[in-house]
Amino acid sequence: MHLQLAWRNIWRNPKRTAVIMTAIIIGVWSMIFLGALMRGISEGMVRNGISTLTGHIQVHHRGYRNDPVIENSMTDPEVVETALRETLPDGAQWTSRVRVNAVASNARHTAGVTFVGIDPAHEAGISFIGKAVTEGRYLRDDDKNGIVVGRALVDKFETGLGRKIIMMSQDTDREVASRAFRIVGIFKAEMQATEKQFVFVTKEAAQHMLKLKNGISEMSVILPDQKEVRHAADNVSAALPSADYEVQTWRELLPLITAILNIYDGFMYIWFVVVFIAMGFGIVNTTLMAVFERIREFGLFKSLGMKPMWIIREVLAESFFILLIGTTIGNILSFLSVFALSGNGIDLSALASGLEYAGMSRIIYPAIYSHDVIIANLVVFILGLLVSVYPAVKAARFTPVEALTHA
Amino acid sequence: MNIVECTDVKKTYQQGKIVVTALGGVSLSIQKGGFVALAGPSGSGKTTLLNIIGGLDSADSGRVTVNGSTLDTMNQSELASLRLHNIGFIFQAYNLIPVLSALENVEFVMLLQGVPLAERRERAKNILDDVGLEDTYDRRPAELSGGQQQRVAVARAIVSDPAIVLADEPTANLDSKTGEGLLEMMKQMNEKKKVTFIFSTHDKMVMDYARRLVLIKDGLVAGDEIRDGG
Ligand SMILES: Nc1ncnc2c1ncn2[C@@H]1O[C@H](COP(=O)(O)OP(=O)(O)O)[C@@H](O)[C@H]1O
Ligand SMILES: [Mg+2]
Repeated sequence: MHLQLAWRNIWRNPKRTAVIMTAIIIGVWSMIFLGALMRGISEGMVRNGISTLTGHIQVHHRGYRNDPVIENSMTDPEVVETALRETLPDGAQWTSRVRVNAVASNARHTAGVTFVGIDPAHEAGISFIGKAVTEGRYLRDDDKNGIVVGRALVDKFETGLGRKIIMMSQDTDREVASRAFRIVGIFKAEMQATEKQFVFVTKEAAQHMLKLKNGISEMSVILPDQKEVRHAADNVSAALPSADYEVQTWRELLPLITAILNIYDGFMYIWFVVVFIAMGFGIVNTTLMAVFERIREFGLFKSLGMKPMWIIREVLAESFFILLIGTTIGNILSFLSVFALSGNGIDLSALASGLEYAGMSRIIYPAIYSHDVIIANLVVFILGLLVSVYPAVKAARFTPVEALTHA
Repeated sequence: MNIVECTDVKKTYQQGKIVVTALGGVSLSIQKGGFVALAGPSGSGKTTLLNIIGGLDSADSGRVTVNGSTLDTMNQSELASLRLHNIGFIFQAYNLIPVLSALENVEFVMLLQGVPLAERRERAKNILDDVGLEDTYDRRPAELSGGQQQRVAVARAIVSDPAIVLADEPTANLDSKTGEGLLEMMKQMNEKKKVTFIFSTHDKMVMDYARRLVLIKDGLVAGDEIRDGG
């Protein structure tokens, strides 16, 4: 009957209850939905970062990360391959690349680019480029002078399929190496910056041009399970002589994204607190109003022999119901809105140029993380009950005479 | 045996800058089974005295014992417990919990006392039948007349056989015919169940029902008249 009493009491003033419930619903919804959006943005950024030639793990010659020059190449890729084969879990994939800074030019234009030599078949399973070619074709193993470039670079260079582009870089003899390639494919990427930055040739073509022999710049690994990254990286690292090689995870390779992820985490909890403070004031206010309207009733409770603790419990039970209904509806709404957007995502193409600086994807797919949902609900529920303690104690503190003589 | 014992009970209130003496030294003994009226004009201190006897208010000085317990040494929780098990209150109005039906209102006290569901339902129905409300179990207070509401209040006050029932002008909000009916019923319950009733009034008709009439004037006992063996 205590619960019945509380349940009926919350419907005595349906308007007020509806108002406070709406506040809770909006609060919970905004926590979970915006949380899912931020998670979606983060996931998109990470996915983008990883597929833009990063991978989950990379192996380099020691020193390459600080000074990515051709002298810091790995001259014996077999050693690395063996280490990977022996330590990585089943389903892991890897590929080797040559990667140097180069100058691209044609008759009219010049631009600095990242010149990447890839193993076309292996690369396809690892980075974005395998699926990114929209005009012409992807590289073939026997492409001696074929090159794949980004749409944005093609536009900038006012060139097209079948046309020539000259690459210039430093070779292992510290001489300027230069060579003409023919555009066989044009790719599109999530970000224009990527389209402008990377040009792709076969690994052999790059090695030949740069006089690298068998040498490679990096080995990029994709694992079947992203959670395994730290562990796997440690294993690979242990299997290689540390004087010659360094092994890094995407978190280390993409420090900016890692920093942004941390900021997002912090921001999300700040957001939870902000929403809650607004909601908390609402809850305290309405509960106080409800309590003051019923001073007489609390006096009656006391005259019947109810102990202060029981009165507190009674008021808290009312808050409990309001919170329960509010959070339930809030959760349902946020799941529905996330579900509604999960198919097509939120297309931010219109804002894309601005978003690129942040490394964000053009399309956000909201992602619900169970621990975000749990935290949001706990915050609302526990703090909601906590702030109701104040009005409840107030109700329990009215002296019976005060309460009974109240007009 | 005296169920209520007041010895030189004094109470003053501060009204702004003035100190008002509500009770100027009341000594009063009430025997078990009594049907006692505290009569006196408005402002004479009847409500104050009832509240002090019921432990809702505390005396400035003097001693009050109810059913053998001395009130001034008890804390809030002990007083609450005393009220729950030994004292029934009936006020002028607003006696009932608005969201509970008549039956639930009567049950509520037994719920607080920890009486099991089946028993409390049974007892609540019986007592409502006793006070003539067999047809209104499920009505909310707002759907009951003033007289019916007071009857529910009486039913709730006596349902768990308290030592005393304190009724502060229980008929003041009723027309005289309904008021008489209520008093008639209270008197019946007093006789049938041997519950001690102490009620206040300034109404001559109500005083006539009492078997003992204690006159209160300016916070003092101004007369004490036993009508017929109360
Ligand atoms: N809570 C209070 N604060 C101040 N004065 C009070 C309070 N309660 C009663 N009084 C004063 O005490 C006196 C006795 O009041 P009360 O016991 O209510 O008399 P009665 O019930 O006989 O009308 C009155 O003068 C009243 O104004
Ligand atoms: Mg009075």
